[in-house]
Amino acid sequence: MFYRLSGVYHTRYSQTRQLWPIPADRWQVGILFALALLAPLYMSNLYLSSYMLPWLIFSTATLALTLLMGLAGQLHFGFAAVMAIGAYTSIHLTRAGVPLEIALLGSGLMSAVIGCVFGAAALRVKGLYLVMATLAMQFLVDWVITNVTVISGGATATLQTPSVRFLFIPLQSLTARYYLALAWTVIVVLFILNIKRTSFGRALVAVRDKDFAAAVIGVNIFKYKLLAFFASSFLGGISGAILAFCFYKAVTPSQFNFDVTIQLVAMALVGGLGSVIGGFLGTGFVLLIPIVLLNLISWIVGNGWLNVSTSLMAHIPMMLYGAMIIGFLLFEPLGLAKIYDNARKYLLVWPFRHTQS
Amino acid sequence: MSYFLELLTNGALTGLMYSMVALGIVLIYKSSGVLNFAQGALVMMAGYGVWLFTSWGLPLWLAAIAALVAMFVLGLVIERFLLRTMVGQPIIMVVMLTLGLDVFLRGFGPGLLGTEPKQLDIGLGLAPLIMGDILANRTYVVGGIIALVLVGLALAFFRTRLGTKLRAVSDDHVSSWSVGISVEHAVAVSWGLAGICAVAAGTMWGSAQGVDWSLTALLFPAVAVVILGGIDSIVGALLGGLILGILGSVIPGYVDSLVGGSTRDVVTSVVILLTILFRPYGMFGREDIERI
Repeated sequence: MFYRLSGVYHTRYSQTRQLWPIPADRWQVGILFALALLAPLYMSNLYLSSYMLPWLIFSTATLALTLLMGLAGQLHFGFAAVMAIGAYTSIHLTRAGVPLEIALLGSGLMSAVIGCVFGAAALRVKGLYLVMATLAMQFLVDWVITNVTVISGGATATLQTPSVRFLFIPLQSLTARYYLALAWTVIVVLFILNIKRTSFGRALVAVRDKDFAAAVIGVNIFKYKLLAFFASSFLGGISGAILAFCFYKAVTPSQFNFDVTIQLVAMALVGGLGSVIGGFLGTGFVLLIPIVLLNLISWIVGNGWLNVSTSLMAHIPMMLYGAMIIGFLLFEPLGLAKIYDNARKYLLVWPFRHTQS
Repeated sequence: MSYFLELLTNGALTGLMYSMVALGIVLIYKSSGVLNFAQGALVMMAGYGVWLFTSWGLPLWLAAIAALVAMFVLGLVIERFLLRTMVGQPIIMVVMLTLGLDVFLRGFGPGLLGTEPKQLDIGLGLAPLIMGDILANRTYVVGGIIALVLVGLALAFFRTRLGTKLRAVSDDHVSSWSVGISVEHAVAVSWGLAGICAVAAGTMWGSAQGVDWSLTALLFPAVAVVILGGIDSIVGALLGGLILGILGSVIPGYVDSLVGGSTRDVVTSVVILLTILFRPYGMFGREDIERI
């Protein structure tokens, strides 16, 4: 229907090789981008700052994680620590007078280097042991940030982000912060979309599917695993810095603890590993659905149809979140991206039920 | 010197208490190859269970037995409805499933019974046990003894008929099927046994620090114990627990005052990292050989 292929003739190689060969995909992406670009005009400040902004920034973090977990197949359970390194590095660099543009790059590099140190140590092992090693990284980084007062200013201290300007625009207004986050999102999306089409991306996929087999056909698995760790940690570090500057504006160590790591992995999994649209859908789902369902339940309770104690009420988001992870793993292990893909494939051949082949 | 000995004793006792949690993880991993990240939450649920039954006026031993039955059933239910569908799925699925269960139970237990820590009195008193010039917490001493008994029971259990089946299943699922062993049954039994370990751990840890969601944090040291001792070794869980407990008590005892506290988590993390770097299969674990 919408995705109709009839009348779409690709007469040049460049046309079939473009990112979205089907026109329907292109105008959808265009509409979404226009909507995102115009969001400050039609969205209230509350929605923009408390839903749209975290959604975009966490999506970039999820995309960075999905590059590592979905494309390269390396499990990482310390991604919040990577973001924390980026956030703290950027704040300390800008405090030292470095402009934000360079501080962002520096924070990405710092995260990438530290991530690679742990990655190199962890890459002797795989699977479950890699989970454990990255878990240990999460706790070590947490501890260092919390206990080294030069970094965090103390266990309970919050570190304000200094007022900075990005490309000569002061980052005080919500709109400016939103556009910085949006720009970063666009960069990450284009990077991840295109990486799948390069030899680097194909090597990562080969390593993911079976690393020994990849080695047999001449892929240097250690190099590519390390590169995957580097690229993913780089993006994750900058996302952490953007999160600090655009959303939190004051960071504490607890904003990057192990629960955030679980949340990021859940976002990547619920969305569908390795998928870009899945990264956005999963992040939105994990961030928003518990809030929506909680509002629904409190509305039911408010009408007196159901009696729920306050302590249960306080824990319902957590239960929903856990149940959601379990439910997706049981019923749709490939995530929301698969649901989207099914719908798209259905519409591609509509009104037929399936293609003839 | 006596300071050192006291740290050593208390560390060893804490380590034995860790072993109780770790034993549940080992039992499940041995039979099904699943690393159960929800064991901390199971311990918490068991603690809540014992507290709930005692608050209904049951004596402690009866409450413990009731909790044993409840946790055994909970283990069976989790295996039947969640983990069985995960056979043959990638490891990330299994890890996230147990983590999701952990998150769910962390909301479920306190949500139903209230967030405030529940006092679980097991009638040991608060007076410390004095051995020479060493003070030890009575709860920890009893917990350590229970841990030793549990490990002994687990070792003995693997010599019974059912235990032999479990050993066969841990060796190879397909060949166990081919000689007529019900793998599903064996895996379910091991989840039930892990539930029983959780009751012991939940009771002792609950009486030591109160029953609330913080019991789920025991998962992290227990995972370190399992990694250190070897993920499929019962003796490893015991010795790993002892070593981690001693390191986690002696090192913070001397270093905490210098760096400002909570080095115990660092010791745990470093133990995990070093073990994975130099001996990924742990002290007593079976070395896996991977084929294409």
